[in-house]
Amino acid sequence: MTLTAPAPAAETPRSRRRAPRPVQRVRDSYRRYWYAYAMVAPVVIVLGVLVGYPLARGFYLTLTDANSLNSARTIGVNTIDATYKFIGLDNYAEILWGPAAYDRFWSHFVWTIVWTVTCVVLHYVIGLGLAMLLNQRLRGRVAYRLLLILPWAVPTFVTVFAWRIMLADAGVINTMLDTIGLAQPSWLEDPTWQRTAAIMVNTWCGVPFMMLSLLGGLQSIDENLYEAAEIDGASAWQRFRHVTLPGLSSVSSTVVLLGVIWTFNQFAIIFLLFGNTAPDAQILVTWAYRLGFGQQPRDFAMSAAYGVLLLAILIVFTSFYYRWLKRNDQLA
Amino acid sequence: MTSSPSTVAPGTKAPTKTPKKHRRRGELGPVAQAGTHVALAAASLIALFPIVWLVYLSLGPAKDDYLHPGGILAKATLDNYSFVLTNTAFFNWLWSTLVVAGGTTLFGVMSAATTGYAVSRMRFPGHRPLMWVLLLTQAFPIAVLIVPMYEIFSQLRLVDSHLGLILVNCTTIVPYCSWLLKGYFDTIPIELDEAGMIDGLTPFGTFWRLILPLARPGLAVAAFYAFITAFAEVAFASTFLLDDSKYTFAVGLQSFISEHDAQWNLMAATAVLIAIPVTIFFYLVQRHVVTGLTAGGVKG
Repeated sequence: MTLTAPAPAAETPRSRRRAPRPVQRVRDSYRRYWYAYAMVAPVVIVLGVLVGYPLARGFYLTLTDANSLNSARTIGVNTIDATYKFIGLDNYAEILWGPAAYDRFWSHFVWTIVWTVTCVVLHYVIGLGLAMLLNQRLRGRVAYRLLLILPWAVPTFVTVFAWRIMLADAGVINTMLDTIGLAQPSWLEDPTWQRTAAIMVNTWCGVPFMMLSLLGGLQSIDENLYEAAEIDGASAWQRFRHVTLPGLSSVSSTVVLLGVIWTFNQFAIIFLLFGNTAPDAQILVTWAYRLGFGQQPRDFAMSAAYGVLLLAILIVFTSFYYRWLKRNDQLA
Repeated sequence: MTSSPSTVAPGTKAPTKTPKKHRRRGELGPVAQAGTHVALAAASLIALFPIVWLVYLSLGPAKDDYLHPGGILAKATLDNYSFVLTNTAFFNWLWSTLVVAGGTTLFGVMSAATTGYAVSRMRFPGHRPLMWVLLLTQAFPIAVLIVPMYEIFSQLRLVDSHLGLILVNCTTIVPYCSWLLKGYFDTIPIELDEAGMIDGLTPFGTFWRLILPLARPGLAVAAFYAFITAFAEVAFASTFLLDDSKYTFAVGLQSFISEHDAQWNLMAATAVLIAIPVTIFFYLVQRHVVTGLTAGGVKG
């Protein structure tokens, strides 16, 4: 009675070393794993068609000068063929060190980094603070919890408009600031305030998820650890530093990575908050979108090149992050 | 058992006669408790206010009423709501949104289920690369695929069609659902599979007859997540839908605010109409979504 199916994996690397001929090996592997391949086939095919092919196509477009005037298009019954041509790596060169590289790429790059770091730090700190407050015997805990996740429950494309009304020049936030005698910034017009507003709205939207994940993490920390620490005379800060934070480390590494990726890719908030205004508050994703779809003529090649660069940044970041996590694991 | 101390209303000095009495772990003194309540109440107020404000403004009849919120109370009406329901494309948008979100969900969950199972149970050559692809694809910025997709779809005449938008949404939903379902299948004991095999089931039979029925909660979470994501998707929908009657809510809501005219009152009413069912739905499922998201995230 042999169970070949689940997890025959462990031996494969070793047995592969001794495998005689490539053809034989392929046939062996096919016979052993054909049902696994059959099961993953739908996703592999879907991703190949919907992600792989467009990705390759997009990369090819970055090597051309494609825009909405020279791409294939249909006007009424006439079909016009594409006339764009291959220009090699010129688009990348122009983005990274062309004459307008600073204004168009690097300034947005720096702002994207600032945006990502600020938002994730705020999400994490506020989320952790609220999670710790909620992780106590307290009357009304359930009610607080329900209220606090509201920003996550209501779709972002709805709440951003609520903020847009509130942040308008004579909107409720400025009225409030006026009554307590503070200056009334023009949130949606002045570049610095636009950035502040964007960070504010994104923080508001992102805290609930952090709070809930960290609350789950806090609840899984063993109570006895706190008791032991208390008996050993640890202060509240020491308990936080040496019991709470280490206890949260696996949840934290996950949510911080997710937070960085989501914030870096955040499209809806900036796009909906500013519409087609605010060039300075655009992060790389929305800026790339604007090059490809928010202007005339639409610069497809440039937009795709930004997309490829964005993906490269994310891949580099994620692999460094994993390496860093692994090293920390070994130390601990 | 110690009786729980009478909760003290914030602000009033508590008549705690026995302040040194040993407190159970996690129980707070009156001052700390009042402080906690103040902090949580303030945070809740901040969380709640924009939504309440939106609801309030939706009652004002004129489009500039958001500038004079004090006046709304006197003339509050539901006119905006009846206008939106009768004179705008609201029900077209509702239909589009349901078609797109429902289609994405169905397609995503159906194609992802077997993959989640295979990745969870079987170690085959190409297993690790596949996991990496699934993980990485979820993290794709929209800017990577949107341009080539637009180009390809305009040649295939899929721009401005719901099918096109469903396909684009699937680029992120399919890998996400695969991961999430893998996480769920991991929690089902492998002994079940082995028992199935011993009884002569094929791997497909095991999956279909034994595991899939047990994985219903996991499938439901994947479906909820796919639905909510597709429902709230902004970038692709704004790009790939051109005709007013085919808009999803995420695009339709933007159409109240153009450069020339901003009908804030109608926008607010529509926003409230959209938000109420979605929010209720979300509250019903949110516990599972949190677990799913963090479990699906990083488990190298």
